[in-house]
Amino acid sequence: MSDKVIVLIEDNDDDVSLTLDAFKECGIAHRITVLRDGAAALDYLLPSARDVSALPDKSPSLVLLDLKLPKVDGLTVLRRLRSDARTKRLPVLVLTSSREPRDIAASYELGANSYIRKPVDFDEFLEAVRQISAYWLNLNEPPPTGT
Amino acid sequence: MNTTPALQNLHAIDILLVEDNPADVRLTREALKDAKILNQLHVVNDGASAVQFLRRQGTYGNAPQPDLILLDLNLPRRDGREVLADIKGDDALKRIPVVVLTTSRAEEDIVRSYNLHANAYVTKPVALPDFLAAVRALEDFWLAVVTLPPAASR
Repeated sequence: MSDKVIVLIEDNDDDVSLTLDAFKECGIAHRITVLRDGAAALDYLLPSARDVSALPDKSPSLVLLDLKLPKVDGLTVLRRLRSDARTKRLPVLVLTSSREPRDIAASYELGANSYIRKPVDFDEFLEAVRQISAYWLNLNEPPPTGT
Repeated sequence: MNTTPALQNLHAIDILLVEDNPADVRLTREALKDAKILNQLHVVNDGASAVQFLRRQGTYGNAPQPDLILLDLNLPRRDGREVLADIKGDDALKRIPVVVLTTSRAEEDIVRSYNLHANAYVTKPVALPDFLAAVRALEDFWLAVVTLPPAASR
């Protein structure tokens, strides 16, 4: 089992299984950690200083972030990640069904690396996941961890 | 029904390439010519011209606001890192995705670029087929998969 992790922040069960299926089809070695709401996402990515065991070597390769989330919404999660030294360089892709220009603009302004609208069709979705993997896990130089 | 691809095809995506090496400009142009998504490549050869283009100054009064910027780091007149800081510090420009495209693999450059809010960092492969493949992969992702930001009101 790989120690590399992709974090999927998504509350919709169908979208979770669709995304897991698509990544499986792409044959990536990463483990995928699914978090179902914005508060769980922040707990996981920004553990409190007391939770020392959670801190080292846990920086994910990639975060896929939905916008409409229970408890803490996606844009707030993004803002918090970008204002913390531990996660400000973490690659975060917004993956959402929203096509609101306001959401798109806000995501980029808050420092999302990319904004991706979920294709409705599975084959298109699979192709999108394939491109995301090819780009972010192979071509792109990730920010060094632990700096 | 997904009408997005058709909608995106209605107007060409404007890409600004900031690159001083003529060979790299030629290769990037070559790779993008066959892109699946209609695009218009604009090229400036130094950092100062990049900022003028983006702010529509001087001879760039009619320049379009690009949908995507490909930025080399080592540039004459104004360094790519400074150009990146200019873009991401400007409310009218900061939402435009910037992909740093450079030969540098130095950790310092990677960290600094992300600290300056580069959206992505890609090192240029040296071998010709690899370079073309990298530009095409970049294009596949940024033009076909990503939803680029709406133009800022200005």
